[in-house]
Amino acid sequence: MATQTAAERADFQRSLGRMYGLYTGGFLGFIVLLALMEQVGVPNRVLGYFFVFFTLAVYGVIGVAMRTAQVSEYYVAGRRVPAFYNGMATGADWMSAASFVGMAGSLFLLGYDGLAWVLGWTGGFVLVSILVGPYLRKFGAYTVPDFMAFRYGGNFARFLAVIVLVCCSFTYVTAQIYGTGIIASRFLGMQFEIAVFAGLVGILLCAMLGGMRAVTWTQIAQYIVLIVAYLVPIVILSTKRYGIPLPQFTYGEAIQEITAREQEMVRAGLATLCTAANCGPTTLKPHIQPFMNYTPLNFFGIIFCMMVGTASLPHILMRYFTTPSVREARVSVGWSLLFIFLLYFSAPAYAAFSKLEVYTNIIGRDIASIRPWMFTWGELGLIQVCGKNAANLDAVLAACKAIAGHPGVIRFQDFSINTDVIVLSTPEIAGLPYVISGLVAAGGLAAALSTADGLLLAIANALSHDVYYNMIQPVRAAGQWLIGIIIAAVVVVLIYLVAAVPGPFGLEWRWWSLLGLAGLVIVVAPLMHAATAVGRRLIMARALLLLVAVASAALASTRPSDILAMVGWAFSLAMAGNFPAIVLGIWWKRTTTAAAVWGIIAGWGICLFYLVTTRYFPQMGITYFGMTSLLNPETGQPLVNIAQVLADPKWATQWPALAANPLANKVGWFDLNNINCGLLGMPLGFLVMVVVSLLGKEPSKEMQALVDEIRKPRGQTVLEEKTT
Amino acid sequence: MLVHLFIWFFFGYIIHFFVNTLNQFTVPILKFPLGFYMAAQGSLIVFVVMLFVFAWQQDRIDRQHGVAEDD
Repeated sequence: MATQTAAERADFQRSLGRMYGLYTGGFLGFIVLLALMEQVGVPNRVLGYFFVFFTLAVYGVIGVAMRTAQVSEYYVAGRRVPAFYNGMATGADWMSAASFVGMAGSLFLLGYDGLAWVLGWTGGFVLVSILVGPYLRKFGAYTVPDFMAFRYGGNFARFLAVIVLVCCSFTYVTAQIYGTGIIASRFLGMQFEIAVFAGLVGILLCAMLGGMRAVTWTQIAQYIVLIVAYLVPIVILSTKRYGIPLPQFTYGEAIQEITAREQEMVRAGLATLCTAANCGPTTLKPHIQPFMNYTPLNFFGIIFCMMVGTASLPHILMRYFTTPSVREARVSVGWSLLFIFLLYFSAPAYAAFSKLEVYTNIIGRDIASIRPWMFTWGELGLIQVCGKNAANLDAVLAACKAIAGHPGVIRFQDFSINTDVIVLSTPEIAGLPYVISGLVAAGGLAAALSTADGLLLAIANALSHDVYYNMIQPVRAAGQWLIGIIIAAVVVVLIYLVAAVPGPFGLEWRWWSLLGLAGLVIVVAPLMHAATAVGRRLIMARALLLLVAVASAALASTRPSDILAMVGWAFSLAMAGNFPAIVLGIWWKRTTTAAAVWGIIAGWGICLFYLVTTRYFPQMGITYFGMTSLLNPETGQPLVNIAQVLADPKWATQWPALAANPLANKVGWFDLNNINCGLLGMPLGFLVMVVVSLLGKEPSKEMQALVDEIRKPRGQTVLEEKTT
Repeated sequence: MLVHLFIWFFFGYIIHFFVNTLNQFTVPILKFPLGFYMAAQGSLIVFVVMLFVFAWQQDRIDRQHGVAEDD
């Protein structure tokens, strides 16, 4: 494997700088062109399609240009990505639709408490750099389960790590694909299924042809799109309102105005303040007031779980395998956080400006003088006034008249907005042309697709490198066939049971899936037969990538709700399953294989148990496991009257509990929100690992030397030294 | 390393315990309540700076002990 000299690397970085500089220039020129087109009268729908086309074209072009047949290029981009660019790619990988669209929306809704997510999703990188990332880079694995297998002597640890990885990444990627469909269908007018399909084609082209190499370079391009798209509207808004194009600083002023306005609204009777006596869903929670939405335990719990989860998520840790050296891996973490910081410290500005707009120009205004921008979103059901969609002026007037004793002005409790709308409606609020809205939507797509790509690659790589190459291929041919058949049978049965949902052209998704699966097998089998050993690994990797992507899209098309929650769960599960094993594996020589196995099972197990029980089987949790209702942070009262709900057979016997069930996500132990299940899982994992290690035999001298070796940056990667 | 972890812990958690007290103060010019500002920007800036400082310091330690990589 070629290593570069310092001079070669400097040249490489210069040419990268030129290339991306050109790309950025081209992108800005593209935006100007579209702006001109809008002025000339080209319809918005067409402009929307242009934006989507640009995003996908980037994927396609880079994917084709970066196609590779080398295993190390496919898995770790040949370890040639400089720290600065790797940081950008990690930034795009990290910032998903949840960050781009959801973050500002959550901050709008939760005020100060939303900052728990901001802190959690940034601070984790400190843990990555200090405790984990550089050491995994020195180790030289292709995937995280790879590391587990070598450190913990064998395939059982590897297998457990794969399960944790697939579980966390799959829900995460489904949420992204779903987000893609939502953004494109709601804000660009594309049909949901077509949007999902087009997005998938783009990222698959990229990942299948070029693996990690292509995905990395694409992510850098997507980062540029998403950061430009995110910053433009609020920079313009800030300039208009305060004369300074730095929204991250001017929104402090906006917060003062919000606080003043909140007090005014309460005095004028337009809103009721949330107090310890009464804090229902329609009361006003001041924007800067802490712990109104989360109890301090849950607030700090979210911060902790998101931080530690960051250092445990395989697709993030994988991003540091691609740097040329250990030193660059550390520096790269710094760059990653800087690029992420650019977005995260701007998100509260979106929330503040939108809230100010709503509080001054909507609440307290006469209904008849309502601003027209609201109707576009009201039509889609994303803004409601007086309990009904704000589709047009007449609808609003009628809805408010229907409320007895309505004063004719909009009160706080009359107005409700879907939080996803905050970012995407800001351009309209600022009175900007459609091209900016399209730009923001394109940014959201860039964010969602770049994360989806990174996740898909993590899953497929784990399946191909860990499961196939390391676990199946060494088995005798007959054994391989048997394993293959068993897996295929399980997959087919699962598809048949789960995907019983209507799909395109009148055929249920399960039949499409089975057809696709059959087609895949027919194509892949002869290819595998004719290929070399290396060729087979790559074919397997690509076929699995396709399979996982399609499965994810199928799940996304069933339109699951709770996306932000699902993402939060993924973090806690990763934290409980991976963190103790990785950290102790690197820092404590005494950790044994048995310890890791039991630690993962215990930690991950309890976290999963907590999640599944509180969300899907709360009745069981209450009856057998002593769970109680979560409490309202301000009043201290239970959120749910359990006795009352259980008396109602509709809810008491609903197994599994659906989203509308009043018990779902509302029960638990110690008033702990289920997003924070990592707080249970991780300490248990550590405890189990320490105890079992001490009870067992010390690991071999060879293994202990290996752990020492990981801590020294000098030399070849540990994995190479072992195999040469 | 422990120093860095302590700084991380302080800015990640401890300082936010005092948010209500800090909110009594306002950041000059920018006009943020201080407690809010720390969570929204202050701690983040500390993290970013810390990461670069840490990478630089760790590299220096590695060189001193002769275990740094060749360029």
